[in-house]
Amino acid sequence: MPTDNGSKQNASDQDIYAPVPVDLKNPTTAAILAWLIPGAGHLYQGRTGKGILFMVCILSIYFLGLSMGGGRVVYAKWDNDDKRLPFICQLGVGLPTMPAVVQAALVRQKMAPIEFGGVPFMAPPMGEPEMAELHRKYGFLFEMGTLYTMIAGLLNVLVIYDAAAGPVWTIPDSEKKKKKKGKPEDASDGEGSDPNSPEAERAESTSSV
Amino acid sequence: MYELALLAMFPGGRMLIYALPLIVVVSLVYGATRHETWPAILKHSWDTAVWIVGFMGVVFLVILISGMLG
Repeated sequence: MPTDNGSKQNASDQDIYAPVPVDLKNPTTAAILAWLIPGAGHLYQGRTGKGILFMVCILSIYFLGLSMGGGRVVYAKWDNDDKRLPFICQLGVGLPTMPAVVQAALVRQKMAPIEFGGVPFMAPPMGEPEMAELHRKYGFLFEMGTLYTMIAGLLNVLVIYDAAAGPVWTIPDSEKKKKKKGKPEDASDGEGSDPNSPEAERAESTSSV
Repeated sequence: MYELALLAMFPGGRMLIYALPLIVVVSLVYGATRHETWPAILKHSWDTAVWIVGFMGVVFLVILISGMLG
């Protein structure tokens, strides 16, 4: 069933912030897909625009961050020497972090990590000397790359929630202030020409989801 | 005055370029998880971006002023 993206609602209601019916299909499947590949859950639900937006945004900063640290900023390690806490956040991106899990498993079994072009991609560093060498080589970009990939993972948590339960309908603060001022005509651009949109209508439209 | 001279040189200015992609992406994703229609998403994203930049500006000023006083 195609998703109602709200265009009909806008035509009659003119309140762009009013909740619109969203067909979530199977929310569990959508959430799992959204975790595996950012945006995939929305594509499954037929919310193509948002799916592509999430995919492009999250994967671009994830891979940008990964490249900043030479493919070494995402790694899994949890022992007495090093507890890689950022990986908990990075895991939110799903499948693109799985090579780190595989590499960590190989290293744990005393096997050599798989190398791509001579680089042990996403492999945990072998002790302090290698870690120091990575920081010397990439400088602040190593931390910046870690930050980028962490934010990508955390953003995908929002996306997973959106895929499973739909948008968290909120009105931007600027719009709330406009409505508080109680100037119906100053809604600007004709977009919000109906500031009286009652809460009852909102409730009605959400209940039809 | 030393802090003002540092500010004039703005030694960490180039670092701000790394904040741009994050501000854009965080704003868009945040906005898109709050709405379903593009006008609402874009408006909310813009508001979020302005809020983030404003917050960064306030933190910058606090650090600058505390540096000048300290």
